[in-house]
Amino acid sequence: MNQEAKIADPWAMALEDIDVSNPNLYSQDAWRPYFERLRDEAPVHYCADSDFGPYWSITRFDDIVAVDSNFKQFSSEPFIIIGDIDEDMPLRNFISMDPPEHDVQRRAVQSVVAPQNLQEMEGLIRSRVQAILDGLPVGETFNWVDHVSINLTTQMLATLFDFPFEDRAKLPYWSDLFTGTPEIAGGEFSKEERMAGLAECAEWFTRLWHERKGREGGFDLITLLQRDPKTANMIDDPMMFLGNLGLLIVGGNDTTRNSASGGVLALNENPAEYDKLRADHGLIPSMVSEVIRWQTPLMHMRRRATEDVEFQGQTIRKDDKVVMWYVSGNRDESAIKDADAFIIDRENPRHHISFGFGIHRCMGNRLAEMQLRILWEEIMSRFSFVEVVGTPQRVQSNFVRGISDLPVRVHPI
Amino acid sequence: MAKITLIGFDGDQHVIDAEPGKSLMANALENAVPGIDADCGGACACGTCHCFVEEAWRPLTGEVEYMEESMLGMRPDRAEGSRLSCQINVTSEMDGMVVRIPEFQM
Ligand code: HEM
Ligand code: FES
Repeated sequence: MNQEAKIADPWAMALEDIDVSNPNLYSQDAWRPYFERLRDEAPVHYCADSDFGPYWSITRFDDIVAVDSNFKQFSSEPFIIIGDIDEDMPLRNFISMDPPEHDVQRRAVQSVVAPQNLQEMEGLIRSRVQAILDGLPVGETFNWVDHVSINLTTQMLATLFDFPFEDRAKLPYWSDLFTGTPEIAGGEFSKEERMAGLAECAEWFTRLWHERKGREGGFDLITLLQRDPKTANMIDDPMMFLGNLGLLIVGGNDTTRNSASGGVLALNENPAEYDKLRADHGLIPSMVSEVIRWQTPLMHMRRRATEDVEFQGQTIRKDDKVVMWYVSGNRDESAIKDADAFIIDRENPRHHISFGFGIHRCMGNRLAEMQLRILWEEIMSRFSFVEVVGTPQRVQSNFVRGISDLPVRVHPI
Repeated sequence: MAKITLIGFDGDQHVIDAEPGKSLMANALENAVPGIDADCGGACACGTCHCFVEEAWRPLTGEVEYMEESMLGMRPDRAEGSRLSCQINVTSEMDGMVVRIPEFQM
């Protein structure tokens, strides 16, 4: 796919020709007017032909909540990304399952990220954040994404899995492989590379699983999966095992990483908001929610209609793909006041759609918020300004809204 | 009006004059009771308005419907009396009701 392909004017084209699955819309940050038009003129829109096949787009906040909550008519099976599942590696995990199986699996793992457990982790996370920030090259221009966002989330993942710390760089690589194949979301890996990498991931985690079996104590994710009778034998179904690990790796990787980068960019683009934050660090929690809304790290989730459904005057046919565009719902003025403005002290900052809604609502949302809160508390106590000094590069994907390069300089207090 | 007592996890008591016809969640937010987040704004789609209704008052708070049951099922701290406060419609009979707020919402 050509990254530089020119983006057409959405207002000048026929409504039926609009295809928001084009990953260039996101690498070039040109998506806003497309969704503005869809929300206004065709909030439930059918695209008959795309690289990912025909699909419906749901673009208004309330409609997304309705579809996301209706798991009977809008199934998460077989897969929740717009592209089709890789037949050679049919990974399964609970994000792409319906009740009752979904509920059983999610219940088994979700207490790992319940706020009581998070409190236990806060100290360790904070000391790792401090070490990362204290090691930044003051006086030089560097890429915030590599030095901070990736570094931080990789260390978080290693902590969550109790993964060998010196090999931790494998985790974000595997995460990229889970989401980055072109057939799935418009990314850049070859099928061969993906297969080889995921096989390696499976090997590593299988080994860790066996090594850890029978070990006393510990509250890493692997140990918790082994301890629960419902998931203790997960290893017997290798695709399920790899799929669920993949879910936890991806869930906690791109999302937090891109929120950590997106926040720096948003504050630079909105200097008055940065000033508010400097004047009152108490705004950090609401700023974190606003950054997650603003960034919308995962731009969509996909469903499949289980029967013909009449929805907002349209007939969605059985087995049609239905894509909920969170990136659009977060800019819907009818649900969020001044949706196109970045405002760190919004009245109701948690009322955004970046974590989805309904039974699949993000399991790690409190963990993500905690990591970002700690990051910003530590940034604000060190630097008066994290200054963006060059043009950010964006990731070519219609699923992950990512930043790959963010040149910055840091100014110590 | 119905006097409803909401007890925080730390034991703090908040007595509110709840307006019948509105949800318990909306009444709690209007009275700035801490511990109810209500991220979805009452659509039964986030689970962050979770509360525990004291036993004596459960018959008055209505049935738990299918969607609410699905959302409650995702709560690690689910217990007897668990409800989503956005799905409880306040009535004047609830005068004196006691509800507990969980340690966390997620
Ligand atoms: C800012 C950070 C994050 C964002 C924006 C985000 C976003 C999302 C979204 C949109 C969904 C699907 C919701 C739906 O279908 O309605 C989801 C599900 C999920 N997320 Fe996150 N996520 C984030 C961080 C995390 C973290 C740190 C973890 C690590 C544990 C995680 C684990 C999961 C899991 C396991 C699911 C599947 C839940 C299910 O299907 O029941 N997420 N997330
Ligand atoms: S406010 Fe979201 S479920 Fe009640």
